[in-house]
Amino acid sequence: MALLAGRSAGALSRRLGLGGGTVIAGHVVPRLAPQALRSISSRLPQGVVVVSGTNGKTTTARIISRILAEAGLRPLHNRAGANLLTGLVTAIAADATLDGRPRSDVGVFEVDEATVPRALEHLVPRALVLTNLFRDQLDRYGEVHYVAGLWREALARLDPSCQLVLNADDPLVASLSSSRAGGTRYFGIGDRQQAVAALPHAADARLCTRCQARLDYSLVFYGHLGHYRCPSCGLERPTPAVEAESVVLEGTEGARLTLRTPAGPIGVSWRLPGLYNVYNALAATACCLALGISPEPIRHGLELFTTAFGRLERITVEERCLYLALVKNPVGFTEVLRTITGSTPHATLLILINDLFADGTDVSWLWDVDAEQLAGRVQLAICSGLRAEDMAVRLKYASVDPSRIVVENDPRRGLELALQRTVPGDTIYVLPTYTAMLEIRETLRRFGYVSGFWED
Amino acid sequence: MAERLRLTITHLYPELMNVYGDRGNILALARRCEWRGIEVREEAATLGDRLNPGALDLVFFGGGQDREQEVVAPDLQVTKAEALREAAEAGVTMLLVCGGYQLLGKFFRTHTGTEIPGVGVLDAWTIAGPRRLIGNVVVRCDWDPQRRTLVGFENHSGQTFLGPACQPLGSVLVGGGNNGTDGQEGAIYRNVFGCYLHGSLLPKNPWFADELLRRALARRYGPEVTLAPLDDRLEVQAHDAVARRARQLRRVRSGAW
Repeated sequence: MALLAGRSAGALSRRLGLGGGTVIAGHVVPRLAPQALRSISSRLPQGVVVVSGTNGKTTTARIISRILAEAGLRPLHNRAGANLLTGLVTAIAADATLDGRPRSDVGVFEVDEATVPRALEHLVPRALVLTNLFRDQLDRYGEVHYVAGLWREALARLDPSCQLVLNADDPLVASLSSSRAGGTRYFGIGDRQQAVAALPHAADARLCTRCQARLDYSLVFYGHLGHYRCPSCGLERPTPAVEAESVVLEGTEGARLTLRTPAGPIGVSWRLPGLYNVYNALAATACCLALGISPEPIRHGLELFTTAFGRLERITVEERCLYLALVKNPVGFTEVLRTITGSTPHATLLILINDLFADGTDVSWLWDVDAEQLAGRVQLAICSGLRAEDMAVRLKYASVDPSRIVVENDPRRGLELALQRTVPGDTIYVLPTYTAMLEIRETLRRFGYVSGFWED
Repeated sequence: MAERLRLTITHLYPELMNVYGDRGNILALARRCEWRGIEVREEAATLGDRLNPGALDLVFFGGGQDREQEVVAPDLQVTKAEALREAAEAGVTMLLVCGGYQLLGKFFRTHTGTEIPGVGVLDAWTIAGPRRLIGNVVVRCDWDPQRRTLVGFENHSGQTFLGPACQPLGSVLVGGGNNGTDGQEGAIYRNVFGCYLHGSLLPKNPWFADELLRRALARRYGPEVTLAPLDDRLEVQAHDAVARRARQLRRVRSGAW
């Protein structure tokens, strides 16, 4: 880490906002983490925003940063995915001057779901955004209810001055505000045309968080997000202050949004695809309004926003158009497939599934992905990565024609095969899990197609 | 012209007990029937629904999160337990995974010593264990004339022990199995199969999917019923890949080979 290399112990501890003191090499950052976070972040003139949730942390944090930059601020954010305490400390320390003053105005930090309580012990954010709670990698966290419990306890201790920004459409998240005093702002989707027919099987929350009865849904948008009401105790979706009244999806091109807000309506030409990204735009909008940002920089920031590293990227490789979309849990993968099938009747796919710790070691989650929507719509599906065979079987049982499924474990050879089997002008959808995304980007970088991750 | 075969798959609590992709088992059964021209009907039996043991062909019961299991357990006792016991005795085919497996045993003893009664179809009981058994699993089915293997993924802190009235589904070659100690995984009683194997289980173990289908169809149509063979190359490729991965990542049980 650059911070440690070639710096004296004294300079280091000054930079971390402490007086000169003893520092034990190799144990500096973790031991000083709490003090560093607290002392520097409390000096950020415009304070700190924390973003967490299962899906959309990175994208939402980046949108917020973009909007704040439009509003004339200098935001500081942590590296994509570096969202445990050490990631926050690294970001803050790297930004600080030698005497421990931050160069930026405002911190926008994405924080891992289970790290939120610890982060809140050391940060007093002006706004805390919780995007959603989905079953992600069960072998890491156990259960969504466990994380909701952690959040509930942490929120009960949260300073009343902190604005809580919550997804009204997620019953697990929306119910969290009951444990604290202080302001809560909700966001959600109001456009019935975007609803799907029924609650999909991979939904986590169907039981009322208050009385355990089955929730009734009048509308379902994605996963377990929608308009819900408990028939037993009356708990229902709160009316969001920031609501997408009209959402016109345009496949991979994004969507046209009309947002109703307390500051008036905001019409946006939004460039990220999928309903899941509409939620990210809504979260960022609600957060920035809570921070006192006016509608114009918000609209501008939303319209200018292009995606962060790997989440959904468009890259041209040998005149083929590659779309890279990270897939990490059933709901996210299902939404990506919905976007793809909405854009083309004959998709060429390169799906890379790894089972390392960061990907989730149990690939059973693939069976909760609604891959059935691909039946009859696949030109070619190349399955790659450590668990390529599992993905191939998933596709076969989704009624994809087996003659269109190819197993090629090596990601580089998978990419080469995809290029060989397409012609200039074709589109290839590249869908990796987390570590496979790092691999494929590295391959593309070595061939000169993308700039390095470190420039992100 | 031969009568078209029909099969009903009854899925218990599908919207509550469906973590870890167990739905893949239903997909595997349904597609394998469809590819053979066997007509499949899927029905759900959830909170409040009663079962008619005479109308059951193949029952599936998956795993759930703790909160959901707390809601399911009492409903199971009141609305379905008796019918399930009767069906098991009558030879109905059942596949039970994780939570479903535990709930159809005799009881579950929690960390605090509370005993939650099970349905009692399987002579097995589960106690809450100190650590999680988690990872890829390879199991050899000694009751199978060809002693074929099953591959899957386990993730459980419950430790299950078998009594004399049921036999294990298999011996553990790689992984923890029922309790991490006795080298056994799963349980079989008549045509009831319980196990801790996610993955999903059946897609990567096509011989076992067909074993369940054959037993269920035989009960309806007689022992002469045969299943047309399918091209299982992709499935077998996946099975073998998981077996290799399991050996790569976990300790092989000594003496297992």
